[in-house]
Amino acid sequence: MTTGQIIITVLMLTLATVLTRALPFLVFSRMKNPPKSITYLGKALPPAIFALLLVYCLKGVDLFAGSHGIPEAIALVAVILLHLWKRQMLLSIGVGTVVYMLLVQLIF
Amino acid sequence: MKKKILCSLKSAFPHTVPIMAGFLFLGMSYGIFARSKGLPPWLPTLTSVAVFGGSLEFVGVSLLTSAFSPIQAFLMGIMVQARHLFYGVSMLEKYKSTGNMKPYLVYGLCDETFSINYTATPSEKSDRVWFMFFVTLLNHLYWITGATVGSLIGSIFPFSTEGLDFVMTAMFAVIFLEQLLKEKKHYTSMIGLASTALCLIIFGKESFLIPSMILILTLLLAFSKTIEKRGGLE
Repeated sequence: MTTGQIIITVLMLTLATVLTRALPFLVFSRMKNPPKSITYLGKALPPAIFALLLVYCLKGVDLFAGSHGIPEAIALVAVILLHLWKRQMLLSIGVGTVVYMLLVQLIF
Repeated sequence: MKKKILCSLKSAFPHTVPIMAGFLFLGMSYGIFARSKGLPPWLPTLTSVAVFGGSLEFVGVSLLTSAFSPIQAFLMGIMVQARHLFYGVSMLEKYKSTGNMKPYLVYGLCDETFSINYTATPSEKSDRVWFMFFVTLLNHLYWITGATVGSLIGSIFPFSTEGLDFVMTAMFAVIFLEQLLKEKKHYTSMIGLASTALCLIIFGKESFLIPSMILILTLLLAFSKTIEKRGGLE
């Protein structure tokens, strides 16, 4: 691609992204009372999305090949136990990541 | 006011630390990857400023290294980024009356920024809107820095960073766990978890995101009365 074509392609990717981020605001912000179903979804969606994002992060794990998802499972259990114990977000995330790095670099 | 702005920054920063680690690492990987495919050195910086969406930027590398097709790029962008529609719907209330910050808050509404701005409570001394602005800005800057550094240094690392990308997984695990601990009933969390897991098994890792979103929407709307009546939104 030429430089011009690259810039046009990046613009298209930007436009698509901005559109998906702004559309709900453009459509519903101006309404005095957004439809009930939208207000409901605004509350019901987030927990479901957090689950979706977690699964999305783990999509590369193959249970039937490689390390069978064992390092991911161990590190996640560490994150969960530590978090239930201390309730310190940064600590849970930091320790979990170090556990995972040690597992994939040294053992698996 | 100046003091309040500073307090907002101080309150926002700790929430973004895991994202700093993740974005610097992922951004660098992206920069290195884009350069390894022969794209110009300024490209990772441009996309990380303009697009600011990790997964689409990675996909963008393959779009940019194939034949020029702006319409295909646009449609691919909509597909990969469709989940952002959910964030907008969820943030309508929180981003209401954010004044002239709103355009940027909406522009920078990536997965991580959404998760923090939806869940985190700013300290009492800080201003809610400035807090959300700084979360958005810091995350954006981490991503730009990572991508730019990756593009400049290529693949020379002083130590092995293998597995560092798990920081994002750990962060979403903690956010999801916090949600489970906070809510009274787990209907919507479980709908999300089961739908996404099921679609991943059925459709595979390349194309499960859109079916998952459709299934989640369908189930949430189909059972809205039951969920609301039984306190599933509390």
